[in-house]
Amino acid sequence: MREAQSVQIEARDHVSLMRVSMAPILAILATMVICSVLILWAGVSVVDAYALLFKGAFGSLFALKETFTRSIPLIFTGLAVAVAFRSKFYNIGAEGQLYAGALATVFFGTGLVNLPAYLMLPFLFLVGALAGGILLLVPVLLKTRLKVDEVVTTLLLNFVVLLAVSYLIEGPWRDPMAMGWPQTASIVDAGVLPTLVSKGRLHAGLIVTLLAALLIWLLMRFTVLGYEIRAVGFNAKAAEFSGVNINRTVVITALLSGGLAGMAGTSEVAGLKGYLTLDLSPGFGYTGIAVAMLAQLHPLAIIPAALFLSAVYVGADSMSRAVNIPTYIADVLVGVSVLAILVSVMLTRYRIKWP
Amino acid sequence: MSELIDIVLNAGFWAATLRIVSPLIFGTLGELICERAGVLNLGIEGIMTVGAMAGWMWVYQGGDLWGGVIFAAGMGALFGLLHAGFTVYLGLSQHVTGIGITLFASSLSYFVYRMLLPAATTPPKIIPFENIEIPFLSDIPLIGEALFNQSPLTYLALLSVPAVWYVLHRTPLGLAVRMAGENPVAVEAQGIDVLAVRTGAVMAGSALMAVGGAFITMSWFDAFYFGMVNGRGWICVALVIFASWKPGKAMLGAILFAGLEAMQVRAQQTAGAFIPYQFFLMLPYLMSILAMIVMARRAQYPQALLVPFRRGERVLTLKRSRG
Repeated sequence: MREAQSVQIEARDHVSLMRVSMAPILAILATMVICSVLILWAGVSVVDAYALLFKGAFGSLFALKETFTRSIPLIFTGLAVAVAFRSKFYNIGAEGQLYAGALATVFFGTGLVNLPAYLMLPFLFLVGALAGGILLLVPVLLKTRLKVDEVVTTLLLNFVVLLAVSYLIEGPWRDPMAMGWPQTASIVDAGVLPTLVSKGRLHAGLIVTLLAALLIWLLMRFTVLGYEIRAVGFNAKAAEFSGVNINRTVVITALLSGGLAGMAGTSEVAGLKGYLTLDLSPGFGYTGIAVAMLAQLHPLAIIPAALFLSAVYVGADSMSRAVNIPTYIADVLVGVSVLAILVSVMLTRYRIKWP
Repeated sequence: MSELIDIVLNAGFWAATLRIVSPLIFGTLGELICERAGVLNLGIEGIMTVGAMAGWMWVYQGGDLWGGVIFAAGMGALFGLLHAGFTVYLGLSQHVTGIGITLFASSLSYFVYRMLLPAATTPPKIIPFENIEIPFLSDIPLIGEALFNQSPLTYLALLSVPAVWYVLHRTPLGLAVRMAGENPVAVEAQGIDVLAVRTGAVMAGSALMAVGGAFITMSWFDAFYFGMVNGRGWICVALVIFASWKPGKAMLGAILFAGLEAMQVRAQQTAGAFIPYQFFLMLPYLMSILAMIVMARRAQYPQALLVPFRRGERVLTLKRSRG
């Protein structure tokens, strides 16, 4: 009688937009409930803690600017992950591609190329994107040619790239004027992204990343290439049968994905410090996975998802200064949200039949 | 060349190799068991971090060393249960769940560490496992000196290789695990609960991974640092492919890796003046990628790896497209 007793999972025939948009909300609520255990353990009232987090992220003009500033790289990496995951290419290497983009930006931006600002900025984004894309090309070709699993290769390359950055900023690219700090020289003034508001770090990278989200959405929604990317992800065999060149599609997807992550590197260098250090990214590449999952891989939904997770980090920073909760709570919230969104998406797309 | 021979003929080199290989053996065997049952466990990096933190913290709070190892294994098994619940019972993406487990498990470890030790600026230390010198055998030059004067956890790592091989290949339980990863429909036809077999395998494998993490803080070092697992979990995933999912080959692969790493530590001391240290540190990651390339054409994936099994579904999932 085993069959009769077991829980069955069935796909729903129709998933309404309401259900789809419910999934991230459900996931965020579940995440907050689960993490409230940790807050209680720290001896802080759950309501107070989340109120402090919210205030820290949105409570003042300064906080708001900071939240938007932090969301810029997350939108880029979230898009990078979403595009790749759409075609079931698991690019976990956005972190490394971000640093590759940053490396290209300082390589060309610190005096090698001198252009007026209206050409310099697009040029820097282009080389950043190319660097990220080319880095991802290695795991892609290994996958399409030799069937080497891309998850492990992209992950391992993150470590290699970080060590390369460490070598360059301690060695040949080290700025001799930096008083011994391991960092590169600053990029030329024409390559610096202008700030959007007075007083604050919010820079024009926001416009670039929003444009990128819009373009990726148009590409995925209205072009043949976008259709092919989605088709390969949905059912590679069927796509191949109907004439889609899978390898070509995967290579283009990867260039797009790596390129977007590389642009995050350009935007961080050109928008914030102007030079490259090893702490350029506190894991934006990995958080991008959470962003993409919360957005259910939809390019436009990436924007609110990135804003939300950026708010979690900015808010958690200020919360932990106010009450005695370690800042790692932000990373826990991000990790739990990845798991929660998986379940809540399943709950909205499938129904569970209890015996 | 003569320098190379000097290194290889040095008992210290072999002792270092065996120290470096221990967490790799635990992690690789753990991942191997999961994948043999058909479940890719990318939670490994986070689960090793949990093991490193939990085992160390147990001892720091006054527990004994072996209690810490068992506690670490238990915590690993718990995260394994979480991974299995998501991937085996709910059939969710093994890739994304694994990454989620890694993000969750490692951040939770750091959070708990900071909660329990809020003020620690320099990482506090414990008294780690001491080497056990096996009488007479440890007097054998070179091999004996290196092999028979090690931490008990290293002996455990080396012994777990034949143990895992025996269970997987010579017992009905092992057969069920392997079949769950090759042909789950056939397992079900035998009246065996595929989901339970897979869950058990993932829990056991995750416990081993956690012990691998615990080795790092309880035997190799004596403190817990942030980011100390440092990609070792991912290297283990590559080693499983390199080993074609076979425990014996996994050990050989891990020893090869550890040997090269121990050699680079020594080479760094002599050639460090000419070659920046970052290039030496890149080697394990580059070698992992290389190992996967070398084995790519020969890799015999468990046929049902990554394929969720749903009871009562009669869809044959034997040939899956890859690429």
